[in-house]
Amino acid sequence: MPDATLEELYREILLDHYRNPRHHGVLDGANRHADGSNPLCGDQVMIEARVGEDGTVEAVTFSGVGCSISQASSSMMTVYVSGQSTAHALEGVQRFQQMMLAGEAPEDSDLGDIEALAGVAKFPARVKCASLAWKTLEQALRTADGHTSTVTTDEKGVSDGGS
Amino acid sequence: MTNGTHAAREWDIEAIRRDFPVLRREVNGVPLVYLDNAATSQKPVQVIAELTRYYRDYNANIHRGVHTLSQEATAAYEGTREKIARFIGASRPDEVIFTRNTTEAINLVAHSYGRSALQTGDEVVISEVEHHSNIVPWQMLRDERGIVLKYIPMLPDGTLDLAVAREIIGPKTKLLAITQMSNALGTIVPVRELADLAHAQGAVVLVDGAQGVPHLATDVTALGADFLAFSAHKMLGPTGVGVLWGRFELLDAMPPFMGGGDMILNVTMERSTWNDVPHKFEAGTPNIADVIAFGTAIDYLESLGMEAVHAHERELLEYALDRMVDVPGITIYGPEDRSIRGGVMSFSLDGVHPHDIGQVLDSHGVAIRAGHHCAQPVMACLHIPATARASFYIYNTRAEIDALVRATHEVVQFFGGVRA
Repeated sequence: MPDATLEELYREILLDHYRNPRHHGVLDGANRHADGSNPLCGDQVMIEARVGEDGTVEAVTFSGVGCSISQASSSMMTVYVSGQSTAHALEGVQRFQQMMLAGEAPEDSDLGDIEALAGVAKFPARVKCASLAWKTLEQALRTADGHTSTVTTDEKGVSDGGS
Repeated sequence: MTNGTHAAREWDIEAIRRDFPVLRREVNGVPLVYLDNAATSQKPVQVIAELTRYYRDYNANIHRGVHTLSQEATAAYEGTREKIARFIGASRPDEVIFTRNTTEAINLVAHSYGRSALQTGDEVVISEVEHHSNIVPWQMLRDERGIVLKYIPMLPDGTLDLAVAREIIGPKTKLLAITQMSNALGTIVPVRELADLAHAQGAVVLVDGAQGVPHLATDVTALGADFLAFSAHKMLGPTGVGVLWGRFELLDAMPPFMGGGDMILNVTMERSTWNDVPHKFEAGTPNIADVIAFGTAIDYLESLGMEAVHAHERELLEYALDRMVDVPGITIYGPEDRSIRGGVMSFSLDGVHPHDIGQVLDSHGVAIRAGHHCAQPVMACLHIPATARASFYIYNTRAEIDALVRATHEVVQFFGGVRA
């Protein structure tokens, strides 16, 4: 029988997103693209987004291959950012990365269900799995229309000055 | 058990296990089942004790002291060289060069032999089952020197396509660099057959023995090798020590790999002259303690006998294959013919990523490797991103395989109903 810590990692909401991924596939009319990979795992995620002239993330999808953590985190990320402003989406990326470092959601968190991924912080080898989609989203939103940029995660899953 | 016991004794698994303190550990509240031996092996108390003994009793630099401690350390360090030469059937100890690991040993050949003996247009043949460490150095040499790199393809069962090998090993082939055993799938490669093809064309043969030497009785002459690279840490020894064995004539003609102390005969501000093989290739103070303790690891393996080591792993593999096929949704990779498999079992489960397999197994105390095993071309051939890999060694037991099988059933239950 799996022990308590395993349940802490694989929360039911996470397994639900893994089994029934939201916004999975390619996006017609996408104007933002980025590819992310964890070189050590072979996990790959492609993020596509359609951002309106007012900066609203009108739609976002993910595709690729990866473990349950990376797939579920991708799915939850798409739910979080759909319909949000680009600025708000990027704040969400910051909050998520803070949560991966601290092991709990920041005080001003509006991550909701995504806070179920806080337990991943106790499994350092899996932080990069959870972070991949978010880092790739950030890259997509910061990349000009018509370009595709790439992201690779390091061992700690954060490459922007994290500990 | 102690060093020097005769090779033909009974396989006393309980005595062996008592020599490995880490095997008494618990992980996540359950006994550790260590099945990640292809990544690194555990170390027996004899090796750990020798490391400590060196630092406590005779720590000194080697090859440069007249004092007693330096002479003792030099004798122990050179003693390991002699043990290794004997262990792999080398004709002389000075053909054994100490490096940091297999990767450095292969890079030494690529830099020193590759840059001096290979010309633009010369062909180097490797295979698709190689570890990255026997691919990347040759790609770097290709980009720098304009050599041509050719691959012996892997068939879906993890064996090499020997028909293609016969075609691509030709008059332009100058070097064949081939693994003795695939780290990702456990395939034992017919090195001798390939080496004969290469030698018939006048090429030299480098064998990546990182997975082979720790598990298979290895004789460089029988193998048909001109160079053999392997690592101490996968065969009961410490990390940080690798070996490059090479035929003396080749090593003697090669330029140094790195410059510094111990590798020179004479230095003036204008020029230097090189020391003899093997010192020419061992610049600076080497990893003295770990080399000495590696000698103790060799003693340990010799006391068991490498034929017996292979037989034990073979039995575990057969047992594991027979039991794991019953796990729902399992795919086991590698050759059908079990006689050409080492103690490695690479597998996947429908709808469960290998990392998740590894995570759940860890919660049951079972340590395996999940990932591409630094063999991405193998994964590409199989059209998969990664596998879970259990790999066995001298101290593993059937009971541990039972634990692996039970825990793998738990993985299926835990992720049950998931569609890939």
